[in-house]
Amino acid sequence: MYKSSLKQTLKDLDTKKISIRELNQDYLNRIKENENLNVFIHFSEDNVLKQIDNLENDNSAKKLKGIPIAIKDLFCTKSMPTTAASKILENFNPTYESFVTQKLLDEGSIFVGKTNLDEFAMGSATNTSFFGNTINPLSKENEPLAPGGSSGGSAAAVAADLCLGATGTDTGGSIRQPASFCGVVGIKPTYGLCSRWGIAAFASSLDQAGIFSHNVEDASILLQSIAGFDQRDSTSAKVDIPNYFENLDDDLNGKTVGIPKEYSIDGTPMEISQIWEDAIKVLEKKGVKIKNISLPHSKYALPTYYIIAPAEASSNLARYDGVKYGFRSDEIDSLDEMYENTRAQGFGREVKRRILIGTYVLSAGYYDAYYLKAQKVRKLIANDFNKAFKECDFIVTPTAPSAAFPLNEKQNDPIKMYLNDVFTVPASLAGLPGISIPFGKDKNNLPLGIQILGKHFDEQQVFNAAVSLERSYE
Amino acid sequence: MKIDKNTINRIARLSRIKLDDKESEDYIKDLNSILDWVEQLNEVNTENVEPLSNISSSILPKREDLSNDSNSSEEILENAPDKLEGFFAVPKVVE
Repeated sequence: MYKSSLKQTLKDLDTKKISIRELNQDYLNRIKENENLNVFIHFSEDNVLKQIDNLENDNSAKKLKGIPIAIKDLFCTKSMPTTAASKILENFNPTYESFVTQKLLDEGSIFVGKTNLDEFAMGSATNTSFFGNTINPLSKENEPLAPGGSSGGSAAAVAADLCLGATGTDTGGSIRQPASFCGVVGIKPTYGLCSRWGIAAFASSLDQAGIFSHNVEDASILLQSIAGFDQRDSTSAKVDIPNYFENLDDDLNGKTVGIPKEYSIDGTPMEISQIWEDAIKVLEKKGVKIKNISLPHSKYALPTYYIIAPAEASSNLARYDGVKYGFRSDEIDSLDEMYENTRAQGFGREVKRRILIGTYVLSAGYYDAYYLKAQKVRKLIANDFNKAFKECDFIVTPTAPSAAFPLNEKQNDPIKMYLNDVFTVPASLAGLPGISIPFGKDKNNLPLGIQILGKHFDEQQVFNAAVSLERSYE
Repeated sequence: MKIDKNTINRIARLSRIKLDDKESEDYIKDLNSILDWVEQLNEVNTENVEPLSNISSSILPKREDLSNDSNSSEEILENAPDKLEGFFAVPKVVE
């Protein structure tokens, strides 16, 4: 069965070493063999075959022609239902295409299916999905592991080689943490680089689309394809998108890396501290200057995030009322009853928890104490990064405080689950680009991840540092 | 304890989510532990700090003010659970 990188596959398609049909047939077979992982919420072989037919009759040159891509089921797609892993959108068939997926279609890619996620992207283990858990492909028999979340299905799809790349969204770490858990590359670009048009909204000031891939080169190719200005998203940035792949440069000589001392957190496993040190040593050997930096408000990032994100979610999810689309309860004696029963039955436990907390922190009398306070601390966190980036070109940290944990392990205590995002949330609040790359293993031979953060819209530097570390590790 | 039975009922009502007694109890516990945990933000001096609501470092671009009639009412209604003569339909609200 064909197994390769995106970069190599593009060459093999170009030189006719393999056809689009042969390539995708292999991916289809692998998807069917791995159904037990529950990676996809929606998968239709006929739909994929139809896409192959269409491309075979299309003579135009396209950058990603025939490349199998998996789409997180938070992106609206016309050709497939979109559920956000929620019962409330169980039968939703979008009549429009998200900006990101339209870009991928324009480039000629083939959508193999819609991947599982935490309901409305709220979670860190892909265990709040209405459609059941996704299983991490790296699990040993009888010991299922979580793939991380919320984009766990997309991370698992790449890890199990069910596609050559996948889309994800990252609000507080939902691309980087599952990438780390599944041993793949995941990049969340700068807030505003990719349009949010057509992505089911969770926390609009934080949500950002990004990419999962087998390696950094592939991520650089795919990110370029989904980035760009879009007037339908008022926070979409009008910036030039460089050719990240062509510009990749693993020579970091003379660059400065920032190492934030606040990311040394009590209770972090030795193995995590070890890979962090290893990465720093590798960079030092490459002529990178090591600079200790301080991000003094980092320790407040998680509580800040868990006020702001639920507040925005409570507002965004008000649209699911059983009137316009999606699920409607049968118990509808009055309009209010219809709303209350529809939302009670349509949303899962974690989503309801966040709507309730968000409603509380925005409610009269509490807004200043919680939401406004959190926005002010957010400003201080962003200022910390601005200051730090005056002294360094990029920042290196671990991605997550652990390797993949057993399914359901942390389900009962919400705060314990929220701590998964401790290393990823600060950059989300500051809107910075961040990538996670596999780097080292724990004692059970599970992959660990290193996170590289860059300045706003300096994805190129992030990719350069990532490719340099990746090549030294391989 | 910040959240009691009355508060959770009020928030649930504002959120238009019906909760049964068991759920209410669970959420009272969850929300109180989360609110206790976020309390640590009070350690931070935020005097004279501007709240950050939009991280975007670029200036929001303007677009031309053009009318655009896509006449898409059929598309908009396509996913409606109930519709009637080109409108969304809901349970009767007036007697």
